[in-house]
Amino acid sequence: MTTLASPPSERTETAPAHPARRRSFGYPRRASVWTYAALLAVVAGSVFPLYWSFVVSSQTSEAVAQVPPVLVPGGHLFDNIARVFASTDFARALLNSFIVSGSVTVSVVFFSTLAGFAFAKLRFRGRKALLVLAVATSMVPQQLGIIPLYLLMAKLGWTDHLAAVIVPGLVTAFGVFFMTQYLGTAVREELLEAGRIDGCSTFGLYWHVVLPVARPAAAVLGLFTFMQAWNDFFWPLVVLQNNATVQVALSSLASGYTTDYTLTLTGTLLATLPILVIFMVLGRQIVGGIMQGAIKG
Amino acid sequence: MSVLTRLDTKGSPYLYILPFFVLFGAFGLFPLIYTGYVSFNDWNLLDAGAHHWVGLANYRELLHDPYFWNALGNTLSIWLLSTVPQLLAALWIAHLLNHRLRARTGLRMGVLLPNITSIVAVTIVFTQMFGRDFGMINWLLGLVGAGPVDWQADTWSSHLAISTIVAWRWTGYNALIYLASMQATPHDLYEAAELDGASSTQQFWRITVPSLRPTIIFTAVISTIGGLQIMAEPLLFAGTSTPTGGSDRQFQTAALFMYEQGFREFRFGYASAIAWALCLVIAIFAIANFLLTRRIATDEG
Repeated sequence: MTTLASPPSERTETAPAHPARRRSFGYPRRASVWTYAALLAVVAGSVFPLYWSFVVSSQTSEAVAQVPPVLVPGGHLFDNIARVFASTDFARALLNSFIVSGSVTVSVVFFSTLAGFAFAKLRFRGRKALLVLAVATSMVPQQLGIIPLYLLMAKLGWTDHLAAVIVPGLVTAFGVFFMTQYLGTAVREELLEAGRIDGCSTFGLYWHVVLPVARPAAAVLGLFTFMQAWNDFFWPLVVLQNNATVQVALSSLASGYTTDYTLTLTGTLLATLPILVIFMVLGRQIVGGIMQGAIKG
Repeated sequence: MSVLTRLDTKGSPYLYILPFFVLFGAFGLFPLIYTGYVSFNDWNLLDAGAHHWVGLANYRELLHDPYFWNALGNTLSIWLLSTVPQLLAALWIAHLLNHRLRARTGLRMGVLLPNITSIVAVTIVFTQMFGRDFGMINWLLGLVGAGPVDWQADTWSSHLAISTIVAWRWTGYNALIYLASMQATPHDLYEAAELDGASSTQQFWRITVPSLRPTIIFTAVISTIGGLQIMAEPLLFAGTSTPTGGSDRQFQTAALFMYEQGFREFRFGYASAIAWALCLVIAIFAIANFLLTRRIATDEG
């Protein structure tokens, strides 16, 4: 290790002559077999419920009501998928979810970058106070304003319209904070000054300088926003009674008096699939985004 | 032209942050404050939105409502059962991930997987696994000689099951947050401790945990704010769409009680009073939690 603080001779004096410890010297420590075994067990525990929903959705209802339970997939996945689409308007729900999540994502990324640019790079009166206000709002439990929000939507005539779910989601305090943090270090002052000298307006600076620089952070923010909008349940449940998103459709699929678990878990699989695909492709960015947000948060 | 430029530099920043504040004000902040007004009214949706001022009547009723206290007790029980083991497990998993590992990204993704799936999906899968007759978990209990548990039927078993669902979804997320913080801890601290002959366990408790103090406080407060609002899990765990949280309200949480009063009984005024009461409880617990975790983390340092 190049960062070793003291010469090796001293180390052998102070450290006990324990071969295992000497091998683990240096940081981060090398993982032992036990570390891998424990981590694999944790990952298996994480994956199992989802694997299980796949197993159930590929079996017949009879096969699932067995002791001991069947642990390997069967051949009925496509029959079950067909049953889901036949028994509820699942296609409509999927489409609704794509429309809601898609528009919310584009909007959050755009407005967050715009506000983040102003907070990070422009000087104006009240900047600090307004930023604190924006960040503080992210701690407020939104769920608790749900009754007046419903009254508001009823007044606007938006109940059962997708607008009721899209419009309140168009901006997030998290997005503004995230972009402010990122643009504060990512956009170099010289670039902005050069743009100004070339006669760029502030919006021109946003469009030509900030947006291209913001692209990696915008991708991460977009991912998180999409996943959150896709997985949202409580508010759509309240306001979209007859025009469900996929999570609401899923919950009504599960809430019969005798639940058909094969059907329900097939729905679960279908509702999770888009998110799983995103996760498989962009998991590294998602993990990185959470860890990055954590240090700054 | 210079007037225009000045206008642009002075005025445009406000224009850029305006959409956030307008939209957030209208659909985030206004409803929350308006909840206060609604809570002082007898406000019934079925009555064509008619409402009249009743002052503190809703709050008085709330104080004497056994269903509310039951719901509050259930909320706290589920919150404690899910948060404490979850954060401890997250700490341990983060410690494991903080080694030099092969397939680092794969392992991190595997740990995070529960968090990216929806509450609805997770709860439905677990409800099936916690099934009384054909559930996976009762089958496993049977293998070790324990009798089957009717998970939905009793208070303790339903709380345990719901806490498991919550903890399963959030442990990996918290582990990654701890991991990020661990990796920001200076390496020479560990190397110095190693030279002094500190064991791996000692290093964990004397260096890792104290250096994670701000992060531990952060996760504890966030888990509290989220945990006290739990609603979807107990709603779906019942298996039917009734929001009573079981036949005896044995797992009805405060947020679920609010949902029941608001959107099943259509008592908007009363439900708003519940919302404000819950808001107050969340604030008290978040602050208490902040002070407590700060103390604990300091004592260990």
